[in-house]
Amino acid sequence: MKELSLNILDIVQNSIRAKAKQINIAIEESELRNSMVIVINDDGTGMSPEMLSNVTDPYTTSRTKRKVGLGLPFLKQHAEQAGGTVTIDSLEGKGTRVHASFVLNHFDRQPLGDISGVIKLLIMANPAIEFIYEHSTDKGEYRIDTKEIKEVLEVKSLTDNDLMKDIQNMILENLENIGVLD
Amino acid sequence: MSKITSLSDLKKKRDEIKSGLEIREMATDPENHVQVKVAMATCGIAAGAKVIMDFFVEQLDRRNIDGVVTQTGCMGYCYAEPTIEVKLPGHDSVVFGGVDLKKADEIIEKYIKTGELVDGIIPVNYETIDSKE
Repeated sequence: MKELSLNILDIVQNSIRAKAKQINIAIEESELRNSMVIVINDDGTGMSPEMLSNVTDPYTTSRTKRKVGLGLPFLKQHAEQAGGTVTIDSLEGKGTRVHASFVLNHFDRQPLGDISGVIKLLIMANPAIEFIYEHSTDKGEYRIDTKEIKEVLEVKSLTDNDLMKDIQNMILENLENIGVLD
Repeated sequence: MSKITSLSDLKKKRDEIKSGLEIREMATDPENHVQVKVAMATCGIAAGAKVIMDFFVEQLDRRNIDGVVTQTGCMGYCYAEPTIEVKLPGHDSVVFGGVDLKKADEIIEKYIKTGELVDGIIPVNYETIDSKE
């Protein structure tokens, strides 16, 4: 995967399969601390301690269609090659939290990529799940909450393509304001 | 068009167009719509499923096809990613593999619009190694 936003899309797929109703995606970039942190938090089924201890092993997967799972191993590889780490906390019945850190200016840190496109796609493709997306930099922070958007716009779902394009543009404008470039 | 930077801008724009346009909401009767499911697990994403999904969302809308595009997990055909499942109203679903932009366009123009089958179908009786055990 060429962009960290695609890793996010992939990890969120785990949350969706874990029947999450609420998924939070938080990205923190700081030039002052030279760090980038991605946190994905869900209220899905969670994992047993045994599953959790093996989850970054490619030959561990909850899937039955095939015997390998590369989502978390890829994220771990990408974090570690950029001077960071991945930590995963999970409680059965409560949910899972994936925390990935990167050295911001590391030569091997992949670009974040099309994060607004990934957020748009996740919201549109999963109408039954609420998303919170937070992005912060040294200049400020931006946050959207699908529950709040639906309340303000008085719509039941966020599946209209024109509406979602406007929302994506709104995200882009705000990310630009806080200096998110890549 | 003025820039939209906040929810209130968004609301304002919505209210302006609401009167003239019907805003498409979640399909309450998905059976009457074309349903496209894009496999979006690690294998699919790595093979470009996001681009394919963006294409279907955009093009179904632009070509005035009442359709719902959603994401699904790995269907077990990792070798043939990106894979998509298309269900036309009243038909069994069909899985297409190796879907690039050209194939996606062909699927919309031929299969979705006219029901004509195109190359790249993964037969439903295909079994993965695991399911044979």
